[in-house]
Amino acid sequence: MLIYNRKHADLWTLLAPPAIWAIHFLVCYAAAAIACAKAEDIFAGLGGLRILILVVTLLALALIAVAGLQARRHWGFGTDDPPYEQPTADVRQHFLGYATLLLCALSFVSVVFVALPALTIADCR
Amino acid sequence: MARHGRFRSAGGMMRLKLGGCRGRALLALPVLAGCSGAQSALDPAGFEADAVARLFWIMLGAAALLWVAVLGLARYAARPRQEPWRHRSAGRLILWCGAIGPTLLLCGLLVHSLLLMPALRAPGGPLRVEVQGEQFWWRVRYHPPGGGPPVESANALRLPVGQRVELRLTSPDVIHSFWVPALAGKMDMIPGRTNRLVLEPSRTGLFRGACAEFCGASHALMAFTVEVMEPAAFQRWLAEEGRPAAAPAGEGAALFLKNGCGACHTVRGTPAAGRVGPDLTHLASRPTLGAGILDNTRANREHFITHPREIKPSALMPGFGMLPEGEIAAIAAWLGRLQ
Repeated sequence: MLIYNRKHADLWTLLAPPAIWAIHFLVCYAAAAIACAKAEDIFAGLGGLRILILVVTLLALALIAVAGLQARRHWGFGTDDPPYEQPTADVRQHFLGYATLLLCALSFVSVVFVALPALTIADCR
Repeated sequence: MARHGRFRSAGGMMRLKLGGCRGRALLALPVLAGCSGAQSALDPAGFEADAVARLFWIMLGAAALLWVAVLGLARYAARPRQEPWRHRSAGRLILWCGAIGPTLLLCGLLVHSLLLMPALRAPGGPLRVEVQGEQFWWRVRYHPPGGGPPVESANALRLPVGQRVELRLTSPDVIHSFWVPALAGKMDMIPGRTNRLVLEPSRTGLFRGACAEFCGASHALMAFTVEVMEPAAFQRWLAEEGRPAAAPAGEGAALFLKNGCGACHTVRGTPAAGRVGPDLTHLASRPTLGAGILDNTRANREHFITHPREIKPSALMPGFGMLPEGEIAAIAAWLGRLQ
C-alpha cells in the first residue's frame, strides 16, 4: 500500500498526503453542492451530509496519520538532520521522508479546516 | 557664522520633521474619514454589520499582535554580538512560532467567524423585500406583512428599525452585488438564482448602499439610499407608497405620455405602465436621482432627461435632448410633484 508498507520513499509516497486532502475536499464540496441543489427547503437540516463529512474527515485524517508514520520511517526517525545535500541513496530517502512528513502535517491541518464549516452550518442558507 | 549656520540647519531639520508629521497626518485623514458616515462598515447600524465590525477588530488585534511579535523577533535576531542558539532550541522555536502557533491562531479565528454565521443566517421577519439589480439601477418590491399587493419602488430602500427583514436578491442581466456596509455584509445578485440577505437595522438614519460587483460602464454610478425609520412611520410610508401618484394630471403628465416615457416607466394612476426602467410613481419622495448619484432637483431631472448617458454611460435610456426646452422643463417639474 502506497502510504503504509513501501520500503522506499518516492514521488508517489510524497504526493499521497496532499492527494488525500484534495480528494477529501472534492468529496465534501461536491456532496454539499449536490445536497443543496436538491434541497427544496433551504432551512431543512443537512444531518446526513454532516455525518458523511464527519466520516470522510476521520478517514482522511487516519490515512494521513498512517502516511505520516511511514514518512517518519523513511526519514530515519530523525537520526539525520537537514540539509540533506549529499548525493547518496540514504540521504535522498531522508530528504523525501522529511518532506513527506511536513506535507502530512500541512494536509492534516487543511483537512480539519475544510471540515470545520460542517460543525456550525447546519443547512443550505 | 559656522555655529549660526549649524543652528539654522538644525532648525530647518526640525521644521522638516514637523512638516513630515503634518504631511502624514494629512495623508491619514482620508483613511480616518472612511471610519464613519453613511457608508462605513466601521460605523455599524445593523446586527450583521455589528458582528462584522467586531470580527474586523478581533482580526486586526490578532494581526497587530503577530506584527509586533515578528518585529520583536527580527530585532532580536539582528542584535549585535549574539551567542549562537543551540540547534535543538532553534528547531523548537521554528516549530512553535512557525507552525503550531500560527495554526492554532488561524484555527481560533476560523472557528470564531464560523460560529457567527448561524445567527446571521436566521430567518427574517414578516416583511419581505425583493431587490433586483439591473444595469444600472435597483428594482425594489415590498411584500407587506399579512398579504396585500406588493409595493413597487426603485433606487431607494426603506426599512423599519429593530426588525429583521428578508431581502430576496436577483438579477435579470449580469452579476451585481448588493452592499450596504453600515447594515450588513455584501451579497451577490446572480442571474438565475435568488440569494437571501437578512437586514436588521439597529438605529434610524440615512445610509448609502452600492453595487459591489463590476457590472458594466456605469457600475460605479449604481448606488442607492437606505432610510431606516421607526416602525410606525415605516408602516405609514409603505401604505402611502402603495397608493397611486399624487399629481397624475397636468401638462407635464400629458407630455410624459405623448413622448413615450410611459413605454419604459410606470407612474401608477396614469396610463404609463412600462416595466423596462425604474418605477417613478413617487419619484419626488426619493432623496436622489439616477440610482443614488444626483440630488433630486429640478435641474438634475432636466439634465437626466436630456442627456442620460452623459450621467450614466451605457444606460438603456435614450436622450430626449431633441424635445423643446419648455417640454423638458414641464416634464421635470411634473416628476418633482410625484410625492
